[in-house]
Amino acid sequence: MTFQATRIQQMIEINEELCKGCDICIDFCPMEVLAISESINRRGYYTPEVVKEEKCIGCRLCELVCPEFAITVCNE
Amino acid sequence: MTTQRRTRLSRFEDRTLFLLGDEAAAYGALYAGCDFFAGYPITPASEIAEVMSRELPRVDGYYVQMEDELASLSAVIGAVWAGAKAMTATSGPGFSLMQENIGYAIMTETPCVIIDVQRSGPSTGQATKPAQGDVLQARWGTHGDHEIIALAPSSVQECFELTGAAFNLAEKYRTPVIVLMDGEIGHLRESISFPRFDDVAREARRLAEPETDAFGGEPVPPMSRFGDGRFIHVTGSTHKASGMRDVSTRAVHDELVTRLCRKISDARAQITNVEEDIAAGARVGVVAYGATARPARGAVLEARRRGCAVDFLRPLTIWPFPEAAVKRLAERVETILVPEMNLGQLAREVERFTSGPVVPVSKIGGVAHTVDEILEAILASSPELRAPVG
Amino acid sequence: MNDETIIPGPQRQLKPHRLLKFLRQEILPTTFCPGCGCGTVLNSFAQAVEELRIDPKDMVFVTGIGCSSWIPSPYFKGDTLHTTHGRPIAFATGVKIMRPDLKVVVIAGDGDIAGIGGNHLVHAARRNIDMTVLMVNNWNYGMTGGQVSPTTPFGVATTTTPYENVEHPLEAAELVAAAGANYVSRWTTYHVFPLMESIQRALEIDGFSFIEILSQCPVSYGKMVDMRKASDFLKFYRDRSVRIHKAREMSAEQLEGRIVVGKLVERQRTEFAASLRRINERFREDEPVRER
Repeated sequence: MTFQATRIQQMIEINEELCKGCDICIDFCPMEVLAISESINRRGYYTPEVVKEEKCIGCRLCELVCPEFAITVCNE
Repeated sequence: MTTQRRTRLSRFEDRTLFLLGDEAAAYGALYAGCDFFAGYPITPASEIAEVMSRELPRVDGYYVQMEDELASLSAVIGAVWAGAKAMTATSGPGFSLMQENIGYAIMTETPCVIIDVQRSGPSTGQATKPAQGDVLQARWGTHGDHEIIALAPSSVQECFELTGAAFNLAEKYRTPVIVLMDGEIGHLRESISFPRFDDVAREARRLAEPETDAFGGEPVPPMSRFGDGRFIHVTGSTHKASGMRDVSTRAVHDELVTRLCRKISDARAQITNVEEDIAAGARVGVVAYGATARPARGAVLEARRRGCAVDFLRPLTIWPFPEAAVKRLAERVETILVPEMNLGQLAREVERFTSGPVVPVSKIGGVAHTVDEILEAILASSPELRAPVG
Repeated sequence: MNDETIIPGPQRQLKPHRLLKFLRQEILPTTFCPGCGCGTVLNSFAQAVEELRIDPKDMVFVTGIGCSSWIPSPYFKGDTLHTTHGRPIAFATGVKIMRPDLKVVVIAGDGDIAGIGGNHLVHAARRNIDMTVLMVNNWNYGMTGGQVSPTTPFGVATTTTPYENVEHPLEAAELVAAAGANYVSRWTTYHVFPLMESIQRALEIDGFSFIEILSQCPVSYGKMVDMRKASDFLKFYRDRSVRIHKAREMSAEQLEGRIVVGKLVERQRTEFAASLRRINERFREDEPVRER
């Protein structure tokens, strides 16, 4: 018997204007969904980018730990 | 004013009682509507705390004894922003500890009353003995540019009345008000007549409309309180009219601190209260306040009896300094004597407003002036009574 | 995918963070340093408020002086009393006694609460007055640049212990538990989920609730111990932490340099402000009073 696991696709929204490039979300995402990007925001911080959105399990650790409320996870 | 308060306090109505100045001050606060007291024991003010601890629960108010004087004034300020009329009482050493929070109350425009029953200092000094050494501290004890209101009762009856007046001034000008008692008056027992509860004038707290600024817009902005859904922001940092901190814009600080000072200094004439007793042709004047006013008055009356016309000026308001009354006195007389239980504090203020000689008649050591001591000083300054040379 | 044609997909709406509604958004981003734990504490706190469905109108924030005192002031949209250094708990005492119906929350730092404010902390815990105190512990006086504080670990060089800190740090949570608080816990900004749950419990419980929150200070403190990256600090918290039930079985040597996290105490001692109200009940109008 095989099990079909279904997972709701999560969507990660990053508000680059609030981000200060501290990298906590990148370093602590258990599924390594995020990485440092090449893009710099208005304040000169390298913001994270989503590199493996399909791996996101919606644990929302990034959303809860972010000191600037710059990242949020939702499922559509 | 709750009916419970009226019921509980009306047992004094139309009665004359024999009370300590401290006790009278406490009843003055209760009559004025005080519903929160936070304090710390200290001679000679502990009796105020004791009366408040007994009476406040009866009028559905709260007494808390905090762990020190800093916490006492802190709790008072917190209670005011939660809607209370609040007071604390202390003496010199505790008054020194409260200075930072007095500045906070000034900066946040928190109405409250602080009784300082002055005792002999500096430091622990003569803990159980009276003095008037905190006069300049009341004006300048806290850092930064500021104004303050301070009242000085001379009798047990005035302890009652001026403490009540302090609450009204605090509400009217949204400021802390200091009642500068001294150990002499605080621990004196005298007759006091209680007024009818409904006859006492009480300044109601003016509350701000929902969308108006809590810290600007008028010389004395209406007050706010927590729990009304206004999300008010109260801070000791320099702030805008909205209450939000702004320490970077020079104009914001200028406007705020200037307004805080001018709301009191511009109203000097309405705030200050003095007792003037003018004798025709007087060349000598005596300025005395608090406990010292009593032997001073006795000396003035005796000097007049001996043919020496003397003017007597008793400030009930120490701060803002009643400069207009002093200037008037200086125009009438040549020499002004200022008896004080300190080495000359209010005397310095008097000096600022006269070009004639100001003679401090100082007595320290915890014993009040006698009538004779002040009389001697009056006679020594009086040209017509000076003994001929040779 | 090697698609040459790029078909524009549906416009992704930037969904605002669900907790931004609690904040004064017009002043964001915060003035906290990048990676500062203060923002995480604010986040966990807001999440706790959301989950408990507390209306901010029913809250009063009282803060002191220091970086963490800025956590609610000005960021959280609520009635706020930003007081003098070390005194928020004393101010909060006056607020709570007069308005026991409001949730009074004190948020300030280790220097403020346990240093200059230590006296007020102990007595409020002793009285067991109903309030929630979050002591954000970053092991230094951060706002002023990194001076030693009562919680700085032994041996650390700070700007005012340039050789080494020869004072032993205060164990604030243990102190408060001993003083009589109804709820005491310690967590770090690494442990965001249990921290958030602990904040919920602290808000719900009647009596004095205290949470010591170890929080990274990558700039002021981090520069002195060479931990300038927030993530390194959080890994440090993760690796050094030990749950309290395990800690109870460890020796003093084993616990050296460890951070004990979890709930230290939860009890139901009588609460102070309620006791004052109980006294006042005796004098209600409808009850006859024996006059002196």
